[in-house]
Amino acid sequence: MRYHTPQTFEDAARIAAGAAGVTRFLAGGTDVLVQMRSGLVLPDDMIDLKHIPGVRDIARTADGGWRIGVAVSGAELGEHAALKADWPGVVEAMELIGSTQVQGRATLTGNLCNGSPAADSVPGLVAAGAMVTVTGPSGSRDVAVETIPAGPGKTALAPGELISAITLPPRGAHGGDAYLRFIPRTEMDIAVVGCAVNLVLDGDQIASARVALGAVAPTVILVPEAAAAITGTALDAAALEALAGAASAAARPISDKRGTADFRTEVAGVLARRVAEIAYARAKGHAK
Amino acid sequence: MSKIHVTTTVNGDPVEFLADPRETLLDALRDRLGLTGSKEGCGTGDCGACSVLLDGRLVSSCLVLGVEAEGKRVDTIEGLAEADGTLHPLQRKFLEHAALQCGFCTPGILVASKALLAKNPDPTEEEVRYWLAGNLCRCTGYDKIVRAVIDAAAEMRGAA
Repeated sequence: MRYHTPQTFEDAARIAAGAAGVTRFLAGGTDVLVQMRSGLVLPDDMIDLKHIPGVRDIARTADGGWRIGVAVSGAELGEHAALKADWPGVVEAMELIGSTQVQGRATLTGNLCNGSPAADSVPGLVAAGAMVTVTGPSGSRDVAVETIPAGPGKTALAPGELISAITLPPRGAHGGDAYLRFIPRTEMDIAVVGCAVNLVLDGDQIASARVALGAVAPTVILVPEAAAAITGTALDAAALEALAGAASAAARPISDKRGTADFRTEVAGVLARRVAEIAYARAKGHAK
Repeated sequence: MSKIHVTTTVNGDPVEFLADPRETLLDALRDRLGLTGSKEGCGTGDCGACSVLLDGRLVSSCLVLGVEAEGKRVDTIEGLAEADGTLHPLQRKFLEHAALQCGFCTPGILVASKALLAKNPDPTEEEVRYWLAGNLCRCTGYDKIVRAVIDAAAEMRGAA
């Protein structure tokens, strides 16, 4: 295995594009090293991105959003008070992943590119309307985060392409987001179902919303019907009922050792309702 | 396959070693540097027995490549006691509370606990349990471990 430490994303993309064998990008390594250990992935070229300036930075963008470097760890996200105040759902989702030790290394970008349908941080990013910068040998482009997952373990990135940053939009006034997952224990587990809701209020009414579900389809999914069910409402009982119905209807899960398809379908609705209530309370300025 | 020359700092001492790029930091510590206090329980980041601090951040050394340690600061269990052998309060309290049985998980738990107390000198029992959730003890001596950490924290704060 050749170990590369490029100084720019363009160089990283060029190395990957020119490599003949198995290539992996290394940020936190909490998935890649496990895959290497099991023999699932034996890279010929390992491209460590942590020598590229700025990859550990969390920075305000000119419009008031946030730009998160690809090597920022979950622990670093959780310690960033201003980011957490703006996007508590995104941060709490990332903080659910793994142990304290894993939090010291694991990254949002890695969680996204690992391609797991159950990736905890991805629904939060999708609901937030995050954009990612994709850098390839011929330049960079910004795309919506939900266009990246392509199936279990698969992304829409072409060979030689990599993500060079994640950008969260400006939070703006009267907004809130949240994420919950169902697991059968209290920590250190993989989501049976995950749900993120992001909404903006106009008075008591929901002016706009985005709802995303994890672990109920081959990829994390954005559910516009669930968002439509609560938009224009004050999240009353009827709206919550409609939201739960829309979330369950959008779920097309498999049955596996973590849960049956029927269970996941029902839990998708239950979680959507609970998460929407948290996001709504946060948008109202109530704690939690 | 050519080896890579790595220069790093382990427990305050400058060290260098030649690493196969596929080798983990845990393997480098144990096999290249003879620091066998960090243990391999699972090798997949699930058990915490290989916990070390990398630039002050708690990580599983089995999920770090040895070559990634270049220019970093690594702190292992071997650096916990003072140079003259005086035990760290955490080590002393683990003995007093008999917070170990087979001892295989103990180095990782001590390193993880040190990181916790550096960040939070007065953790609640719940905070200790969540922080150490990634450190598995298959003898299941968790209760004594948690009590030892809380007691060590109290002593280090000067409250006991």
